[in-house]
Amino acid sequence: MDILLAIAIMALGAVVLGALLGFASVKFKVKGDPLIEKIEAILPQTQCGQCGYPGCKPYAEAIANGDEINKCPPGGIEGVQRLADLLGREVKPLDAEEKPKQIAIIDENTCIGCTLCIQACPVDAIVGAAKQMHTIVAQQCTGCELCLPPCPVECISMQVIGENIDNWKWKYPVVEIKSEMRKAAAMKAAA
Amino acid sequence: MLMNLFKFKGGVKPPTNKTQSVNLPIAQAPLPSRLVVPLHQSIGGMPQPVVEAGDKVLKGQLIGEADGWISAAVHAPTSGTVVEVAMHVQPHPSGLDALCVVIEPDGKDEWIPREPVDYKSLPPEEVRERLQQAGVVGLGGAVFPTHGKLTASKTVPMDELIINGAECEPFITCDDLLMRERAEEVVRGIGIFRDLLQPKKVLIGIEDNKPEAAAAMRLAVQALGESFAVVQVPTLYPAGGAKQLIRVLTGKEVPASKRSTDLGVQCFNVATAYTAWRAIAHGEPVVSRLVTVTGNVHEPRNYEVLIGTPMDELLKLAHPHPDTDGIIMGGPMMGFLVPDRQVPVVKATNCLIAHDDRLFPPKAPEMPCIRCGACAQACPHELQPFEMYWFSRAKNFGKTQEYNIFDCIECGCCSYVCPSRIPLVQYFRFAKSEIWAREREKNAADQAKLRFEFKQLREEREKAEKAEKLAKAAAAQAAKKAAEAVAAAAAAGESGAAPAADTAAAPAVATPTDAPTATVNPEKEAKRATIEAAMARAKAQREAVQPKNVDNLSPEQLKAAADIEARRIAAHLIEPQPADQTAPLDPNN
Ligand code: SF4
Ligand code: SF4
Ligand code: SF4
Ligand code: SF4
Repeated sequence: MDILLAIAIMALGAVVLGALLGFASVKFKVKGDPLIEKIEAILPQTQCGQCGYPGCKPYAEAIANGDEINKCPPGGIEGVQRLADLLGREVKPLDAEEKPKQIAIIDENTCIGCTLCIQACPVDAIVGAAKQMHTIVAQQCTGCELCLPPCPVECISMQVIGENIDNWKWKYPVVEIKSEMRKAAAMKAAA
Repeated sequence: MLMNLFKFKGGVKPPTNKTQSVNLPIAQAPLPSRLVVPLHQSIGGMPQPVVEAGDKVLKGQLIGEADGWISAAVHAPTSGTVVEVAMHVQPHPSGLDALCVVIEPDGKDEWIPREPVDYKSLPPEEVRERLQQAGVVGLGGAVFPTHGKLTASKTVPMDELIINGAECEPFITCDDLLMRERAEEVVRGIGIFRDLLQPKKVLIGIEDNKPEAAAAMRLAVQALGESFAVVQVPTLYPAGGAKQLIRVLTGKEVPASKRSTDLGVQCFNVATAYTAWRAIAHGEPVVSRLVTVTGNVHEPRNYEVLIGTPMDELLKLAHPHPDTDGIIMGGPMMGFLVPDRQVPVVKATNCLIAHDDRLFPPKAPEMPCIRCGACAQACPHELQPFEMYWFSRAKNFGKTQEYNIFDCIECGCCSYVCPSRIPLVQYFRFAKSEIWAREREKNAADQAKLRFEFKQLREEREKAEKAEKLAKAAAAQAAKKAAEAVAAAAAAGESGAAPAADTAAAPAVATPTDAPTATVNPEKEAKRATIEAAMARAKAQREAVQPKNVDNLSPEQLKAAADIEARRIAAHLIEPQPADQTAPLDPNN
């Protein structure tokens, strides 16, 4: 009798724990591939396709599958560095020229309202309607340049976003210890 | 009044250097040759210019309209002509330009009509709105729009209203002189804040090295019959930091993640209270402020200065010594060397110090950190500057945040005591601005990603919708053709069409002509009808020769035949589509 009770208790325990585990695996399921997501979080989301993939996510997937980490020019060398840190790979020089951050500007007097650029923009940063002048919402433009080639009247140009008071950063404090030391030494010598 | 005071940890006692500039009363600075008024002088939205070059303006006229609730209006400091609205170098450590309105004074200093009001008769919202319209901002240095701090929290009762007259930074005496000479108006301004916030207590904190100011304030409080407490706090830098003063007067600790209102405390500077009173009771927007001019000058003094006055013109009034080689805006602890002597006085300018090597000897070179811990002992926020320094230097920003770098108020106590002369605050500023920039980039990237994914989703949906439409159109055409085939078959059967076939054919012929009428114009419609008729005839001709055994079919059989036909045509549609389209063009009918 006792042994039957023991078996029953163990069986009950097994069922309960099994149910719990099953529930946990559904409830705390890890969505997607966490590595790809981490890689994608580092990519700048410019969606320009310069890496040879149709967007940042496909490139993130490709990196996860072993592609090189130095193909994203908008991410710059800093992006390569962070990818290298994440993946434990070696830092490589960027496979292209690093460009300063820029945004597209439409010359509104030349625009013929053909809507071709709207279709090209990956982030819907261009507003306009057929035969109406188009314009670019500066805050949303990622500077991917994809709208330049389709424009039949070449009225879109890229403008570098310079430093202004709002985006200015304090510089890394540099003290030229050597020259300062030399100065100090010279002063001592003079005295 | 006796009061239990609390203490904050750390703090330093640098030489105060205040006595030089308190001997002379406040003087009115003369009109400068021109005024360069930056539009963005407060925290929050950048005010939009509402004047153009060539406009005549009067003193106090609006020149920059507040953009959003957290933003404060900007006004013409004197009457004259707007010369330009253009980019000019700012009193900012970056030395970058920002949009300014440049005004050439006409010398008359003529006010716009001012509209004094009795604020007690106004609803609180209107008082706040008037303060925003008058450009009243925190004059202690943070320049946060004052009206934004004057709404009492609905959840936390307002316990204490703190008025900051501590003025702890060395050299600066403008608040001291303001309290000495204009105490009554300061107290009246505090009254406005009190009425809007309804606190249980009002505490005016003044460092005990300013007995004259404290006495004047006490007198004014008494004369106006107010119940404000004037409290003298020990002189210890940075007792005038908002969080330190709150700590000293109430014992409450405000963490970086919270605002003081969450703890039932709000804090204003004495000069802010003064300008608020002028704005409400005299209708005067903020067009000037008190500035201490001191340092390497013959005659250190406080001046009432129009906003936009070039700093070098102001400095000249105090007769700087010839070896002056720069201007510090603010005090020696938190101020900075302005990038250009021409930069204008703004609402945040409380002090100009003429810089020379005697007053501020160049720092000897930085040495390695010996981890002596002096900085941690001096830090009023109980941070560990040497750890934050280490990680800022290594650009390990995540770690600096773990050490609460955003609790740092950049008071400079740590740099002041560091025996290795490490410019600690500079490292912290660098780290903070890097972290902010990263945050901005991350937000932009997240937004771009969202928009990109949305666009993809939309394109996919559009594609699906298109495919569905095509399929529907194909199905409709198939059905139509099937019906036509039946009709043709019926017509081909010479022996008086079966009534069932007739009824089946009639609507089938009717539908293709009926349905599009709603959308297509009659001309096109007519053409279409003729084409359709031609198609039907051609089909009928073709079909006429083929099926011989369709006579006298039962309706069931007819229907089955039509179904089969429909399927056939549907299958046909996949390959001989062009053939079908050429049929109507066939000119032989
Ligand atoms: S190059 Fe960089 S930003 Fe451009 S699509 Fe590829 S990963 Fe995205
Ligand atoms: S506006 Fe042009 S450059 Fe900017 S995101 Fe769109 S396509 Fe790219
Ligand atoms: S005071 Fe200077 S030397 Fe001492 S621990 Fe701090 S940073 Fe290091
Ligand atoms: S500057 Fe920052 S870290 Fe240094 S003492 Fe002040 S609050 Fe502390």
